[in-house]
Amino acid sequence: MSEGRAVGDRVQARIGDRRGHTRLPRYVRGQVGTIVAMHGRQLVPDRVVAGDPGEPEPIYAVRFDAGDLWGLPGHTVTIELWDSYLEPG
Amino acid sequence: MSHVHANHADSPAHRGRVLERLLEEAGVVSGAELDAFLDRLPGASSNGARIVARAWCDDGFRRRLLDDAGAAIAELGLPGGLGPTVVIRAVENTDSVHNVIVCTLCSCYPLALLGPSPSWYKSDAYRARVVRDPRGVLAEFEFFPPEDVTINVWDSNSETRYIVIPRRPEGTESVSEPELAALVTRRGLIGTAAV
Repeated sequence: MSEGRAVGDRVQARIGDRRGHTRLPRYVRGQVGTIVAMHGRQLVPDRVVAGDPGEPEPIYAVRFDAGDLWGLPGHTVTIELWDSYLEPG
Repeated sequence: MSHVHANHADSPAHRGRVLERLLEEAGVVSGAELDAFLDRLPGASSNGARIVARAWCDDGFRRRLLDDAGAAIAELGLPGGLGPTVVIRAVENTDSVHNVIVCTLCSCYPLALLGPSPSWYKSDAYRARVVRDPRGVLAEFEFFPPEDVTINVWDSNSETRYIVIPRRPEGTESVSEPELAALVTRRGLIGTAAV
């Protein structure tokens, strides 16, 4: 877990399929975006559902350019991602 | 406020949608009638409208709202805290940015503050399409933001819920706060209408 992330950092959502429940939607996996806000700390739903809640993690609002996501520029999509949903920085 | 995943066949949300579809197919009720009913529910959008009108009239409140929406909303005696882990956040439309809210994974919505969400907000079509082609979806709501306005879509998939602060309509400088609140619609609070 990286505690050093900050607003303005470029981050990459983790690549690949995940087992079980997750709130990392497929459309952002592997994509690079920018942290625009910090949204506190929460337990990671994937681990909560698996019965092993662990410790709360930082949540970042990460903004992606629609051109990167869909090849259709002109808007942005901002989504909250838990720290462990991001590739190590 | 629980995080019900609508794709589960046995989830309340799924059963609700099936029931709604059957009632519509049987001609008992139409989707438009249901939406009109939800719009009339106490608190459905009047809380949001009050918040927006106050932000338009009181710049200090507007700044506090953008900084810490939960605390600012509580100033109005409304439920700023939506639950032990749920946070509300306000995003503001400007002359260069328009915000639209969605929950692609299910149908997260600040229900405790704004009442039930519209049925289209929970539809697979809205959730799948608005992140990919927001202008196309907004056009179907007969809303056409200027081309030089950036559309920011917010996919609320954690414990954060959003409320959009629309732009104050032009020519309303002398309009009272309660009259301003009457201009704000539930769609405006989600971003599928200008106000």
